[in-house]
Amino acid sequence: MSRNTVAGWSFILPNFVGFAVLTLLPVVVLFYVAFTNWNVFGVAEWTGTANFRRMWDDASFWTALRNTVYYTVFHIPLTLAASLGLALLLNRKLRGVRFFRTVAFFPYITSIVAIAVVWNQLFSPEYGPINALLGAVGVDNPPGWTTSSTWSMPAVIIVGTWRYMGYYMLLFLAGLQTIPAQLYEAAETDGATPWQRFVHVTLPGLRHTTFFVTVLLTIESFKVFDLILVMTGGGPGQSTLVLSQYIYQKSFEENQFGYASAVSIVLFAICFSITVIQFMVNKRRNS
Amino acid sequence: MTATDLSLATPAVAASDNRSAPGRPVRSRGWRLVGYAALVLAAAGLLLPFYWMVVASLKTNSDVFTIPITWLPDPVVWRNYLDIWQRSDMMTWLGNTLLLSVVVTLLQVVTGSFAAYGFARVRFPGRNALFLAYVGTIAVPWQSYMIPQFILMSKLQLSNTLWSIVALQAFGAFGVFLMKQFYETIPEELSESARVDGLSEFGIYRRIMLPLSRPALASLALLTFVTTWNDYLGPLIYLRSPELRTIQLGLNTFISQYNAEYALIMTGSVLSVLPVAVIFLLGQRHFIEGIATTGLKG
Repeated sequence: MSRNTVAGWSFILPNFVGFAVLTLLPVVVLFYVAFTNWNVFGVAEWTGTANFRRMWDDASFWTALRNTVYYTVFHIPLTLAASLGLALLLNRKLRGVRFFRTVAFFPYITSIVAIAVVWNQLFSPEYGPINALLGAVGVDNPPGWTTSSTWSMPAVIIVGTWRYMGYYMLLFLAGLQTIPAQLYEAAETDGATPWQRFVHVTLPGLRHTTFFVTVLLTIESFKVFDLILVMTGGGPGQSTLVLSQYIYQKSFEENQFGYASAVSIVLFAICFSITVIQFMVNKRRNS
Repeated sequence: MTATDLSLATPAVAASDNRSAPGRPVRSRGWRLVGYAALVLAAAGLLLPFYWMVVASLKTNSDVFTIPITWLPDPVVWRNYLDIWQRSDMMTWLGNTLLLSVVVTLLQVVTGSFAAYGFARVRFPGRNALFLAYVGTIAVPWQSYMIPQFILMSKLQLSNTLWSIVALQAFGAFGVFLMKQFYETIPEELSESARVDGLSEFGIYRRIMLPLSRPALASLALLTFVTTWNDYLGPLIYLRSPELRTIQLGLNTFISQYNAEYALIMTGSVLSVLPVAVIFLLGQRHFIEGIATTGLKG
């Protein structure tokens, strides 16, 4: 072994031992457990594709999958628009922008439990300020939010967007600052309107950032869990039950680790393929 | 430099030496007014939940929900902040969380930066494949391998001990990734000339890289601390005994136990957010830097 190999490994080893045992190994084991009927107490018995066939007929699984897609389909564009809008606003020379940047990032670092309980109070159908506000602007029948199976998912999506927009705003802000000012000046000399400058200078300049943000947002949306668990517990009924939570239920509440692992593989496969597709699309657009 | 100075952190601003006035100028007065109006509106929306949290924590329980809504507490009930210590195990929860956050942060920073140096500066066979394994796991949702991980931790007799959370959080790929990105911005010639002077790889790491990477280390430390402090699912799965509860778990049990004590619940929420808020305001410059340069979080 060369001197470099020894040196390289000695740097990596302290972290790698923990990483290999606690992350790499579990990822590999997952693909075994998913084909067994393991339930903590007994021995894991190889059952082939039985878990996956069961999933096919499992209505709750499909509900969880549908809800996850529901959350993702609304959370991504909303957060993209909100965070880009904030970034554009906060990229201006206005008094106090720094304060506002801090404000925007603050929700991201506060805990889910605190956030969930506060928003549940704000959403309170009869006494909450949100419905009071809606009533004041003339909405006669304000929604029941987390107590209604129609409005619980929109409520969760609103809170998710509120929480994460500051984080993505920062990524957009960093991207905006890499666009050369001369491009804007040139566009202005050519008589471009603010909208034209946005479409022809800002958006192309942000292509890489937008791509990166979309990939992160997709994975983050498919993984959504804590927020929903603490805010609605998946309810009312199964109206906000998502895949991660279904995995948690099946494994840690019902001890069906084999079946839960099979659902995990579906979640993994979805996240993985979406990431690959996004990278491929981005590559083709670049070439 | 004010406490709310976020802009320094974004690399382009720091580099352009344009510290006092980031961003593009706004020329017309009309647009400026529109800009301010939009800012104030956005800030109100972002801050309303925090305002509600603090105000409700200072109200009597029956005053939290009134029609019309009272936006200022009257009377101001400071007692809530005394009561919660008597009616909950707040001390234990905060103590556990602080202990975990500090230990995890130390381990993550030390082993992460160490490994990152190996990946960034030492050339050896298999290095790229190994790094790919690290980065690859960042894209795998934790929920999809938390089950085998739980089985393993149980076999190692770590579950239902604070060690499980340390093991879970301390060796993530995130720290390695972030630090490697940073080390690669340091010119290679610096290490080359040190090698010529006879410094060992470890010597280069300790004498040159470590002092240079203080801002990146600080940003990694802050991010890790906040993530560990706010983690909910990890403790939920691993910490079953009441005396091991972290602040997030504790607060959630408190909420289900006293679900009609709206004011006290808000008091607990404020206490759970406060330490992180203070740390964030002290170190936010580094926070933003870490995110702006890598854009990743575990």
